[in-house]
Amino acid sequence: MADEATGGFQIHPMDQFIVKPLFGGDHIAWYTVTNVTLWMALAVVAIAALLIYGTRRRAIVPSRSQSVAEMIYGFIYNMVEDVTGHEGVKYFPYVMTLFLFILLSNLLGLLPMAFTTTSHVAVTVVLALLVFLGVTILGFIKNGVGFLGMFWVSSAPLAIRPVLAIIEVISYFVRPVSHSIRLAGNMMAGHAVVKVIAGFASMAIVSPVVIGAVSALYGLELLVAVVQAYVFTILTCVYLRDAVGGAHH
Amino acid sequence: MATDAQGAAGEAVGMPQLDFSTWPNQIFWLAVTLVAIYMILTRVALPRIGAVLAERRGTISNDLAAAEELKLKAVEAEAAYNEALATARAEAAKIVAQAKAEIDAELAKATAKADAEIDAKAAVSEARIAEIRAGALESVTEVAKDTARELVAALGSKADARSVTAAVNARLKG
Repeated sequence: MADEATGGFQIHPMDQFIVKPLFGGDHIAWYTVTNVTLWMALAVVAIAALLIYGTRRRAIVPSRSQSVAEMIYGFIYNMVEDVTGHEGVKYFPYVMTLFLFILLSNLLGLLPMAFTTTSHVAVTVVLALLVFLGVTILGFIKNGVGFLGMFWVSSAPLAIRPVLAIIEVISYFVRPVSHSIRLAGNMMAGHAVVKVIAGFASMAIVSPVVIGAVSALYGLELLVAVVQAYVFTILTCVYLRDAVGGAHH
Repeated sequence: MATDAQGAAGEAVGMPQLDFSTWPNQIFWLAVTLVAIYMILTRVALPRIGAVLAERRGTISNDLAAAEELKLKAVEAEAAYNEALATARAEAAKIVAQAKAEIDAELAKATAKADAEIDAKAAVSEARIAEIRAGALESVTEVAKDTARELVAALGSKADARSVTAAVNARLKG
């Protein structure tokens, strides 16, 4: 995409998000191998490299890569256990899948010329809907109709309970929206801003400032990449607690 | 590649995220990816890491238990050592006391023997002194007799030995 910036002072900050077929052609069918496929596959490879190749020695005293894998495992395991309780631990692999996919997609997206899969609403909406539908179905399976008691705030005075119930229902259905837009918006905005500022590097006068600014923004984006993966995961745990831990907040 | 990108850019005016024609493609590949990651995690990675962590925990608690056991053994060994030390000390004290008693007994015996010897010697000496004294008394009688005879002779009278002796004896008795 660098060739586009050469034609004078043109910045295309959104071009990096374009989905395009890897092996030529214009039409994108649901099965077409695209840059989405490539970067998701790279995320899978990175996860396998870290969690399988990195732990191949099964050492009592871990190597560096095994330590990283164990730290991620312990971090997410403790998060699931702390937030959802013992009942939630059996959904740990699912939460771990979400966390690792988002973390690795965010981080791989920061490589130059990379495509950030998590900056697409299509991807994050599916992730958020998986959580939303999963939690809702699980809540009804576990608690039956009693799951609806979550919306009936029994600690509030009787008179305002119906109002609170409406607010609770609305907030419940807004969850997947905020859950998905937060992640996609953060990733997209960060990458777009970096691209816009980097575009100014073609002006020789400001280019030193631009390079410094892009470096600083890159560090910020690294932080955002990790924090957003964390936020998505902990919100998943919080939502899961509603289903697993019953109606009590 | 570049022309493709330009063409795609032309189609997706504004945000490529809202180009819904790419959604089925992304959702399909996302599903594949998530299933792949889930399989990797549940089949290999998570059981392995969990096993390693459990094994480590087991090793650490085993080591701690072993350390505790060794500590107990060390305490036991120290107690045994102290006991042995006390026994040895008592034994030594006993030996010292015994030796002292033996020496005392020997000393008393030697003292008694020396006393007896001294007594015997003193008795012998006394006897001898008595003898010497008796001898001296006799000598005095002899000398007195001789002197008396000589005196008598010097005075010009002839005295027989018997009368002189009788006279001296009478004198001496007196």
